[in-house]
Amino acid sequence: MPQRLLGLPLVLPALAVIAFLFILPLILSAVGAFQVEGAFGWGNFTKAFDLYSKDIVFTVVIITLSTVLIGIASIAIGGYLTLGEHPVAVAILRWLYRWPMFIPFIVVGQILRTFLAKNGMMNNAFINLGLLTPIDAQSFLDWRGIVIAFVWKQTPFVALLVAGAMASVNRDTIEAARNLGASRLRVLIEILVPQVAMTLTVGLILSFVTMMSVLSVPLMINAQTPTMITADIAFRVNSYGDYGVANALGIISLVLASSVAWIYLRASLKERA
Amino acid sequence: MTASVMAASRNPLAALWWVPRGVVFGLMAFFIFGPLFNMLLWTVAEKWYFPYSLPLEYGFGSWAKVFAPRGGAVESLTNSLVVALLTVVVSLALAIPAGYALARLKLPLRGLILLAFLIPQAFPNLTVYVNVARIFYEIGLNGTIPGVVLVHVSHGLVYAVWIATAAFSAIDVELEQAARNIGAGAMRTFLDVTLPLAAPGLMASAIFVFLESLDEFTGSYFVGAPDVNMLPLLLYTAGAGGNYQIASITALLLLVPSILFMLIVERFLKADVLSRVGH
Repeated sequence: MPQRLLGLPLVLPALAVIAFLFILPLILSAVGAFQVEGAFGWGNFTKAFDLYSKDIVFTVVIITLSTVLIGIASIAIGGYLTLGEHPVAVAILRWLYRWPMFIPFIVVGQILRTFLAKNGMMNNAFINLGLLTPIDAQSFLDWRGIVIAFVWKQTPFVALLVAGAMASVNRDTIEAARNLGASRLRVLIEILVPQVAMTLTVGLILSFVTMMSVLSVPLMINAQTPTMITADIAFRVNSYGDYGVANALGIISLVLASSVAWIYLRASLKERA
Repeated sequence: MTASVMAASRNPLAALWWVPRGVVFGLMAFFIFGPLFNMLLWTVAEKWYFPYSLPLEYGFGSWAKVFAPRGGAVESLTNSLVVALLTVVVSLALAIPAGYALARLKLPLRGLILLAFLIPQAFPNLTVYVNVARIFYEIGLNGTIPGVVLVHVSHGLVYAVWIATAAFSAIDVELEQAARNIGAGAMRTFLDVTLPLAAPGLMASAIFVFLESLDEFTGSYFVGAPDVNMLPLLLYTAGAGGNYQIASITALLLLVPSILFMLIVERFLKADVLSRVGH
């Protein structure tokens, strides 16, 4: 066997798992999306848009808003970790921000459901502090709850990547700008963020795709309409055995996710050119 | 520390900065630990209803209920652990040869192969699991432990392969060459030199895969339920039924390994391995 082919049999079993358990079902779902009672057609997509166009818009808005908030929060955290001048404050933040990272989505859904409810701990704490009257207390278990859950869970991951990238930015430039009188906020926005833009984008795209496929958070925090596409897919399959519309919705979410990835690819190609 | 104390003594106003810092950190801590503390309260709440902001009675009654023979937790916990361990074994059995080949041997299209393992993480996977469940149903794998393990392996493989590749490429090639020079065969060198040196990295990838499997909900929901009960499914059904005590205890069981891992991950995942992940 030629030397460069020696490695292939070692890699093939692992690749076969991906091919049979992921790529094949992905192709099946694309085929199934266009199959209406044995014939090919757009029927599933018309039905999906008729029934769920509101949910599709809702999903895009929720995930876009969450992505923006995650981006802002992780820039703020990474920026403070890099530019913060008080070592104790930096250490406190470094210890604090990571906690939600490894908490599973299903647990996030459960604990935020009890925390954000109308009589949940958040409202209770505000009422006991006198910041809120019991009559004004409202439940956050709607679109806001989903956004809060996504930001809560995904920010540490993106912040970790961004802080790592910021730490490797050349300190001399930062010191020079500071010595010339630039404020820390200005250094963050005009020097640090542009230099870590690529890492930030990668982290945000990974988060975007993750949020596109999370089923447990919408099911647990907001299962009424309008809800997210993932909850609709589960409902179509479990209640009607309707794989056609479920697959069409799956393809729609796939197109949404890949369009984001495409924007990234174009940006990175432009940067290299 | 000393520098900051000096700065503070130079400028007494600097201490005032702790007011905004305290407010921001306090709010962050409230939003991060509040939900977790709320969950802990639920696990020991015997009686807790509106409008009381704290439980009226505390006790471990729900724990007894959850771990009673018919409570379902013991079965779910066992299933979850068995599936997670099998997922680790299968993933590592696939990832160790693959990682070694990707790190050490000349492979055509190496970059593409590495990228292929990322596919299950980079596409919304819900629709894929729906179709996997259909395929498994036809071949009798749906609702079985091997079926769930296979789904978890496809999802966890990216950690296993990427970290294993990084762990193998962080090892000094000269150590292997030295073993070969004094007469050890390729297999012997791999088992006695390469594998022990890569062990911490492989351990880290095993933990990642274990947690990924333990916490996985969507795949278990479509492929496992209702025949194979797992902890995340128990959490979901208990929560959907409004039984917050049982849901919170299950959540705690899922949380402990994740938090433990966060505290020890840096011991296994050294910077030299970490910097090579994905390369």
